[in-house]
Amino acid sequence: MAEKEVWITGVGLLSSLGEGLDTHWQALGEKRVNADDKRLAPYVIHPIAPVSFDAQIPKKGDQRQMETWQRIGTYAAGLALDSAGVKGNQEILSRMDMIIAAGGGERDLNVDLAIMNADAQGKLPPALLNEKLMNELRPTLFLAQLSNLLAGNIAIVHGVCGTSRTFMGEEAASIDAARIAVARIGAGQSDIALVGAAHNGDRGDLLMLYSFGDFALKDQYAPVWARRNQPGFAIGSAGAFLVMESREHAEARGAKPYAKLTKVVADLAKRKQPGAVTKSLQAMWPQLGVSDANAMLITGATGAEPATTEEREFLGQHPGVAVRATGTTFGHTMEAQFPLGLALAALSISRGALYPANDPTGLEVEKTKAPTQIVVLGVGHWQGEGMALVEAVS
Amino acid sequence: MTAPRDKFGRPIVVVTGMGIVTSLGGGKTDNWKRLTAGESGIKTVTRFPLDSMKTTMAGAVDFVTVDPFSSTSLSQRLAEIAAEEALEQSGIGSKGDFPGPLFLAVAPIETEWPQRLEVARDVPAKDFGIIEYLATCSGGKFSHFHRRFTFGSVALSLAETFGTKGSPISLSTACASGATAIQLGVEAIRRGETDATLCIATDGSVNPEAMVRFSLLSALSTQNDPPQAASKPFSKNRDGFVMAEGAGALVLESYDAAIARGARILGVVAGCGELTDSFHRTRSAPDGKPAIGCVRKTLADAGMEPEQIDHINAHGTSTPENDKMEYLATAAVFGEHTKNIPVSSNKSMVGHTISAAGAVEAIFSLLTLEHQRIPPTINYEVPDPAIPFDVVGNKAREAKVTAVMSNSFGFGGQNASLILTREPA
Repeated sequence: MAEKEVWITGVGLLSSLGEGLDTHWQALGEKRVNADDKRLAPYVIHPIAPVSFDAQIPKKGDQRQMETWQRIGTYAAGLALDSAGVKGNQEILSRMDMIIAAGGGERDLNVDLAIMNADAQGKLPPALLNEKLMNELRPTLFLAQLSNLLAGNIAIVHGVCGTSRTFMGEEAASIDAARIAVARIGAGQSDIALVGAAHNGDRGDLLMLYSFGDFALKDQYAPVWARRNQPGFAIGSAGAFLVMESREHAEARGAKPYAKLTKVVADLAKRKQPGAVTKSLQAMWPQLGVSDANAMLITGATGAEPATTEEREFLGQHPGVAVRATGTTFGHTMEAQFPLGLALAALSISRGALYPANDPTGLEVEKTKAPTQIVVLGVGHWQGEGMALVEAVS
Repeated sequence: MTAPRDKFGRPIVVVTGMGIVTSLGGGKTDNWKRLTAGESGIKTVTRFPLDSMKTTMAGAVDFVTVDPFSSTSLSQRLAEIAAEEALEQSGIGSKGDFPGPLFLAVAPIETEWPQRLEVARDVPAKDFGIIEYLATCSGGKFSHFHRRFTFGSVALSLAETFGTKGSPISLSTACASGATAIQLGVEAIRRGETDATLCIATDGSVNPEAMVRFSLLSALSTQNDPPQAASKPFSKNRDGFVMAEGAGALVLESYDAAIARGARILGVVAGCGELTDSFHRTRSAPDGKPAIGCVRKTLADAGMEPEQIDHINAHGTSTPENDKMEYLATAAVFGEHTKNIPVSSNKSMVGHTISAAGAVEAIFSLLTLEHQRIPPTINYEVPDPAIPFDVVGNKAREAKVTAVMSNSFGFGGQNASLILTREPA
């Protein structure tokens, strides 16, 4: 059975650079970067750009029920629905499938720190932990933390009510979200789907996990390819959502594509073996069927080691391919990095140009030709690898 | 000779291996024996102090231990135990080499209190803030906490242990997670991507913070004494669900592949359906519309009529709203036939295994088909007149069962249903 063509007909972006496709296109053209090394110094982060959430989340009551990561995601999802021309279209939204990649939400850091300090000072008998949690946690905070409640909020605010699935597992979660959405649409199991993720980097509680592994970039911002001597990622903030649908479905409603999403492949390299990431990428590349002469590539390279060095090894074997690293501009937005790459690939194809390189090391080269094939690459900081091929619709 | 494809021309998806752990015990034999005897696995919690807690009981799995304790490690261990049993029964692949992908339903993961506090005790500063705390986190001494508490950690470990293929998927659709894991497996086989999938759902969440959070949402029963009487689905005096732990694992295969290797077929996943509720973050739409749609989608996916369902393994959480909504939704779809359908909730005995529930209850549904015996809903002493289901109250019932609908309706508007049958339709 021939697989159906999958079109990207909606793109929603909110990030440290601002909101919307024009803003992003302009900022990328100007090589703008919004990094902050003061708020959580010595950690470098990319905070979300100022935004009024009212435009996409009109009810204040809804906003209050969410923490920032959910607001970012619900907002960007709304932008994607707008861009696809399906916002408020109940007939379509009620059967639209949704696959969200999510981590967990903000904790109440004040409550946590009070408990941890009390314990460190020997003032927290085990029984008191319960009491503090019972008395000090906001009841609704749980709902802002649960991974599947980003999807829940998108359903409530925008009415996306077909299937709703939330994948977890850092970077790989969104690679798989795109992979499953494309497979379902390709096989006729779904006509139209909303796929994406959200991440808020302005969170001390989130840095904990990455500090355990010494993955967080400290002291000074540097472009991803210039971090050899100072590895790590600056956690970033973004909501990146795509509306994907079968060509037939899009054409029937007169929707215009940004690009088509031809293939998504994913892997779980056995990283205990050195070089496993390079080998994994080498094995996936031929599955996309692209030519080096034609292809461009947008990677979510994190800057974490040894993953980024192993990825660079792979990229070095394809010197003709123009590369862009989203980590340089946006930092590492974890689950959102892959859909962010997909969004920028679709945007570049729709604008007939790849945005300029932003890399003092020379790995990224300029390419003036209009892109027809852009590979989106994702290598998790600790596990999970994947690639997607975004192409111009012919 | 049965047709190898269903009436829509899709590969038929069969179950060839099942494994289960709940508060009733480890393994299908023990679980089935105790479940049909109407025994409860709910006990007063002994794992941590209960001071200040409004709810003091749970279906904790205390006979499985992990050291050091974390809910994440316990979830992983329960998943391993269930998967080992399922793989052994299925006989598929070889040890550490499962010939298909992994779909894992697991609770969201984060660094837990014992580990947070372990780091806190190591911070040199007095009255530290987050930056000083983070400085202590780094440096390598606690790098094992990163490995443990990444969201992908349980799936990574299970994929390595069982040698599943490709990128393992960890998912959360709240109380519907277990059903979603099965649904993803069914879809992959129907697409012809693979002949087999390993679907696991696990939950080891009985820890102080999780219990506090559910408690603060007023979701939990507070009828602590006696603990085994707390979970009373469809009873008038029900007052909330009881948190519980457990895991269920299923080996799904295409009918063709299972027959080709001479596997014993334990049942068929005839249909799956899912529909999201946009009503509220914790409450289901009171008119049950999304649940109605979910049940209808599931029947349509199976190509079956309501009259063909002869048992419902209910979501039946024992919360005041859920059970009522479940009745309304069922009655709306099944109409006159509703009264002919024996309904039971396993949660009356094992509690609500949250992320694992959909898979645990799918396995109990398949065992119901195998034994032609419906497990009871215990603590059914004061029937709720607003829920006139034919509840299989207190005692197991022999019955002719050919098709079971297993429902999962959860937080965040997540609704998913499965139809399980003995033979391909």
